[in-house]
Amino acid sequence: MLAFLVKRLLNAVGVMLAVAFLAFMIFRFVGDPVELMLNEQASQAQRDELRMRLGLDRSFFVQFGTFVFNAMRGDFGISYRNQQEVFTLIVERFPATFELVLVATFLSLAIGIPLGVYSAIRRESLGAQAIQFISVLGVSLPSFALGILFILLFSVTLQWLPAFGRGETVALGWWTTGLLTPSGRLALILPGLTLSLFQITLVMRLVRAEMLETMRTEFIRFARARGLPDGSIHFRHALRNCLMPVITVTGLQIGNLIAFALVTETVFQWPGMGLLFVQAVTFVDIPVMAAYLIIVSFIFVTLNTLVDLTYALVDPRLRQDALAGGAHGR
Amino acid sequence: MSGAPPLLAVDHLEVVFDTRHGPLRALDHVSLEISAGEILGVVGESGAGKSLTGTAIIGLLDPPGRIAGGEIRLNGQRIDNLPPEAMRKLRGKRIGAIFQDPLTSLHPMLTIGEQLIETIRTHLPLDAAAARARAIDLLTEVGIPAPEVRIDHHPHQFSGGMRQRVVIALALAGEPDLIVADEPTTALDVSIQAQITTLLKRICRERGAAVMLVTHDMGVIAETADRVAVMYAGRIIETGPVEAVTRAPRHPYTRGLMASIPSMRVREASLHQIDGAMPRLTAIPPGCAFNPRCLGASARCRVEKPMLEALPHAVACWHPVAGGPHG
Ligand SMILES: Nc1ncnc2c1ncn2[C@@H]1O[C@H](COP(=O)(O)OP(=O)(O)O)[C@@H](O)[C@H]1O
Ligand SMILES: [Mg+2]
Repeated sequence: MLAFLVKRLLNAVGVMLAVAFLAFMIFRFVGDPVELMLNEQASQAQRDELRMRLGLDRSFFVQFGTFVFNAMRGDFGISYRNQQEVFTLIVERFPATFELVLVATFLSLAIGIPLGVYSAIRRESLGAQAIQFISVLGVSLPSFALGILFILLFSVTLQWLPAFGRGETVALGWWTTGLLTPSGRLALILPGLTLSLFQITLVMRLVRAEMLETMRTEFIRFARARGLPDGSIHFRHALRNCLMPVITVTGLQIGNLIAFALVTETVFQWPGMGLLFVQAVTFVDIPVMAAYLIIVSFIFVTLNTLVDLTYALVDPRLRQDALAGGAHGR
Repeated sequence: MSGAPPLLAVDHLEVVFDTRHGPLRALDHVSLEISAGEILGVVGESGAGKSLTGTAIIGLLDPPGRIAGGEIRLNGQRIDNLPPEAMRKLRGKRIGAIFQDPLTSLHPMLTIGEQLIETIRTHLPLDAAAARARAIDLLTEVGIPAPEVRIDHHPHQFSGGMRQRVVIALALAGEPDLIVADEPTTALDVSIQAQITTLLKRICRERGAAVMLVTHDMGVIAETADRVAVMYAGRIIETGPVEAVTRAPRHPYTRGLMASIPSMRVREASLHQIDGAMPRLTAIPPGCAFNPRCLGASARCRVEKPMLEALPHAVACWHPVAGGPHG
């Protein structure tokens, strides 16, 4: 167990270093920061002075070390575009992205699980076939196209839901939330749904596959032999057995959702980290781009590691091995 | 055999699997009866159709399997054509089931108390507290020590033998009159097998419940059952009181099975072992299905299918072994 823990942590550190290296390379070699920061009339002396102040005259490895060290302290430098601290900029935008991801995750479970159960236990029914078909559509339709369709239908034609922005938000310390105001909640629906669509189909197909497998187990057969009602067999006995992988995948997907939120945020002009990044790209605001890359990767890697570790801790097979000395069931 | 109908009567049951190459008949005119309080042993090699018979009786045959003919009656009432919901209410309440592997029969994430109480409350009008008390009584009855504590444990905290006792308690939860036990000891340690069969026997006696005990072990039958039905390739080929069948088997196949009982093997030293294997469903020979393996097979055996006699000790064979201990 300890060996696994150490291995997993080293792995995470390795990935983060690789990402930091990539970010550093962008920082260092995409455009000359000195050129970007000074105006064209600056003298050579001024340039050299700035170059020295930024540490650009030092060796490559020292520069990379400094970069990593500063990143660990949350110091990603100053945004070229609006002269603010990059870290503050991103932290300000984090709540918007996080709430969007939270809503999308919630929707994917609330919609995906019942659909998955239904299409597993009524496998032959027309409804289940329709769900399968739509889920294939859902996977193949790019989310920006879907977002635009939603805006056309619900915002432009029906005028039920806002087409962009977060609505009114409430500040709770440094956090801002749209969940506490009616307009904030309304504004979450369309982007949340757009972001969750792929995830809904993912959860649904996972639940369906796990349910089909569980329904074939002996303990379900024995539960049927005892005359338990179908509702209990499907939801209390079978679904319970499927939740473990669903939780794992959902946890792992949060990182993905944060990354994919970029597209959704652009379509809905959602003021989150993703939109910040897209704007940074158009202005070649390299510190912001580098910081976004590192922070999103950090969230991603942390979640992955945590899920892996929890899974190893609560895996019933590991538990049962330890207690009963036999590997069986799931 | 007269008066009130038997507790369970299976009459010319036929079970068919629909495959792409047409229907495969897995059970062929299986008939058997069990009276209240009686233990009927069903024995035969793996693939003979024993589990299928039990599955059809508890109504859990899943497609592509289906009942293609015959009747199953419980206390004279037909149960093979009941609507699913009526059959569900009957399962666990009037027919209990015990499966082979106690390691996989229990839900790994629910405590045994949760599983027992849910089953009890499905069939009996009890509140949660009364159901729990009953669950503890059941655990006591099947011989689980410290049931008040053990009831809140998960299956993985029990040994194999103890788990099978829990499975038996679950099968008894709705107070069934009939228990279908499909190889209840096969997956257990040899040292524990006898304990479980003794328990089944005691429950049958104390509760007056009938048991259909499926096994491929003739020794278990000899020790436990009142009557026995021997199956081969989807048919019952010999049936009768257990002493009569073990002392004087009339079907050559049954005689071969006897050789598998260690205590009888000494006396049976001269008897040949049965060569060959049971045919697959797709290749059941015409006539008597046993004829390719039978030393006494005649031309008739290869053409004409022998029917089971209507006798207390009946055999389906054209050339049954004459009466008297081992011919
Ligand atoms: N789902 C199925 N599809 C096709 N054949 C099956 C299926 N289930 C069981 N069988 C066949 O039915 C026959 C009887 O099986 P079973 O009742 O399990 O035998 P056993 O006497 O060992 O319990 C076997 O030949 C088996 O191959
Ligand atoms: Mg079997």
